Amino acid sequence: MATTIADDLTPMHHPRTWVGKYVWSQDHKVIAIQYSVTAIAIGLVALVLSVLMRLQLGFPGVFPWIQPENYLQYVSMHGMIMVVYLLTALLLGGFGNYMIPLMIGARDMVFPFVNMLSYWVYLLSVLVLVAGFFVPGGPTGAGWTLYPPQAISEGTPGSQWGIVTMLVSLAIFIVAFTMGGLNYVTTVLQARTRGMTLMRMPLTVWGIFIASIMGLLAFPALFVAAIMMLLDHVAGASFFMPSMMSMGQATDTLGGSPILFQHLFWFFGHPEVYIVALPAFGIVSDLISVHARKNIFGYRMMVWAIVIIGGLSFIVWAHHMYVSGMNPYFGFFFATSTLIIAIPTAIKVYNWLLTLWRGDIHLRVPMLFALAFLFTFIHGGLSGLFLGNVSVDVPLSDTFFVVGHFHMVMGVSPILVIFGAIYHWYPKIAGRMWNQALAQVHFWVTFLGVYAIYLPMHYLGVLGVPRRYYALGETSFIPESAHLANQAISIAAIVVFAAQFLFFYNMIWSLFRGPKAGPNPWGAASLEWQTPDTPPRHGNWGAKLPTVYRWAYDYSVPHAPRDFIPQDEPHPKDTAP
Amino acid sequence: MSLLRRLGEKSWETPGAEAYREPDSYRPAAATVGVYVYFGVATVIFTLIAAAYLARMGLPAAMEHGAGADWRAMPEPPLLWINSGILVLSSLAWEAARRLARRGEIGRMQAATLAGGGLGLLFLAGQLLLWWHYQTAGYFLSANPANAFFYLLTALHGLHLAGGIAAGVRALGQPGDAGRAARNVRLCAVYWHYLLLVWVLLAGLLVMT
Repeated sequence: MATTIADDLTPMHHPRTWVGKYVWSQDHKVIAIQYSVTAIAIGLVALVLSVLMRLQLGFPGVFPWIQPENYLQYVSMHGMIMVVYLLTALLLGGFGNYMIPLMIGARDMVFPFVNMLSYWVYLLSVLVLVAGFFVPGGPTGAGWTLYPPQAISEGTPGSQWGIVTMLVSLAIFIVAFTMGGLNYVTTVLQARTRGMTLMRMPLTVWGIFIASIMGLLAFPALFVAAIMMLLDHVAGASFFMPSMMSMGQATDTLGGSPILFQHLFWFFGHPEVYIVALPAFGIVSDLISVHARKNIFGYRMMVWAIVIIGGLSFIVWAHHMYVSGMNPYFGFFFATSTLIIAIPTAIKVYNWLLTLWRGDIHLRVPMLFALAFLFTFIHGGLSGLFLGNVSVDVPLSDTFFVVGHFHMVMGVSPILVIFGAIYHWYPKIAGRMWNQALAQVHFWVTFLGVYAIYLPMHYLGVLGVPRRYYALGETSFIPESAHLANQAISIAAIVVFAAQFLFFYNMIWSLFRGPKAGPNPWGAASLEWQTPDTPPRHGNWGAKLPTVYRWAYDYSVPHAPRDFIPQDEPHPKDTAP
Repeated sequence: MSLLRRLGEKSWETPGAEAYREPDSYRPAAATVGVYVYFGVATVIFTLIAAAYLARMGLPAAMEHGAGADWRAMPEPPLLWINSGILVLSSLAWEAARRLARRGEIGRMQAATLAGGGLGLLFLAGQLLLWWHYQTAGYFLSANPANAFFYLLTALHGLHLAGGIAAGVRALGQPGDAGRAARNVRLCAVYWHYLLLVWVLLAGLLVMT
């Protein structure tokens, strides 16, 4: 067992073989890269599915091989993969693994073996998920929310086998996440180096830390729901299955409650939004601070806001269920709690803007993505205020307005941050810089493209265009302009899809050909840029762990020789060791 | 330092020399923190199932027939109480192991750990017997939601216990490092008590309803 705190290096396992170093590795950095590559690979599948959906919506009838059941399967798999297997895995398994030990000055995660196990179990969950594409009947087409009874009733695509692989895969994923999450939380609590108090941690770590706690407390709800639905499906229980008629026949299920599933699902599902958003909040704070050469405005408020948002997000879940026939008082409570979340969130947005205010802004690519996040996040957040109100949500429910809203706020926004973060930390991870011109093109096409995709969706939603419909057909309330908008959205989607290959090309090109990055190309103060080696070696810190003397945001300090002071640089009159 | 004081710390100022102590000197071991964090996870799992249990109990069987609730509670055979008694004894043995570990009596600690783990296995066997008992009496999982909840809850609780036994075996299997083994045995004991508490609450729920 490796130790992670003490300066003594002898107990650390230094793998000698290639397999021990890169396959069965217990090094948090290797595991992070394994997590990231797997997540991005499965995310690409979901991206292709979204293009297929757009082909069908923009040009109905042109692609005869897209049948209604295929379309529903694309919708379902796209949603689940993006939310769980890409965003959660990449932000926590990828960035969490890479950044936490480096940013808090630890040698590794506190349970390296469990950490390794977490990745391999995650990979297993992805393989089971992918198996769903090859079982008889194909993957589930129940929508990513998997609502019973339709998810396991005849007539829904994949209701025999696809739903089973999906539920089993989710249960496995949650086991993997729990192992990872225990590691992230315990490492932050336990393995911070000398001088790294909680309130000196970079906001990236705070975001990942709170998101991990939330994941640990929210994913069990999905776990329970998945197991119960599996029992309904394969063992004939009736947790969620009511007595009903299916295909003209009374089913032998009795008395179950589909609403019960919705409560369990959204008790996970809403915190999940913030499990994805909080790491993004943290990362974006650090990107803005570094590239505006200013300390983050209101650091403590930012931390408190993250904590408060994390807490509040557990008492808003039923705002996804306004149309399920709930008691109006219940709806009133959830609308109120939902709108209250706007307060800490607005504090964060203002603090980002105030950090930029009169900063020495360098419009490098990571900064561009961080600024783009501010646009899309404010935009998606504001449309969330509409949907948080019961009376506005009811007519807009299940329309494209909802699709536009949640893609803006929890699809595009975290993805933009992930791009920014990869551009920002890649020089540390790989030791190379990217091609800036290609990166700029990738940024502008992606940023403007997502607006071209999602802005018109709000208009479609206000018209009443429903989501999850295979084709709109001849419907009197849908004007010609809606069809035109759908075509335009599809073309924009294909362009944005194509632009992503610039990103991948650039990443691979720079891995071999990119100019060498110094240890700290952005002049950042936080600890991960102060490692003795770039990329950091196993154990991260050489012979002695760093000591932290200041917070991570000492930028443009008056009278300092440089415009940043690294966290491990002592104060001139500091008496500490 | 209290949590509130920590969160109120002015990050940009220089804290006293207190912050520069060796972290190992005052923080609990990682395994301890990890186990306590996991209690949060397990608590959510069991609480949510219990909440679903209570919600599902009150639902009518079918709307159109005006039938009453389809929920029929299971009987409580003596085996349920015998198993519970075994789990209490097991917890007592783990508690003895915990105290012996703290006093550094490694030999007796190992004996007590084996007793705790053995009684735990006996409890699991008893639970399987209970399942078999219910199966032969016709209380199938698919027959009634009360049955389904019973099997689900006991299965999850049993899996947690099996994990505890595995951890205990692993703790004993570190003869070279007595201090570490003692700490892990103490953690196993705390985990076991937690699962006993869960069982008491679950059994209470099953019996009261």
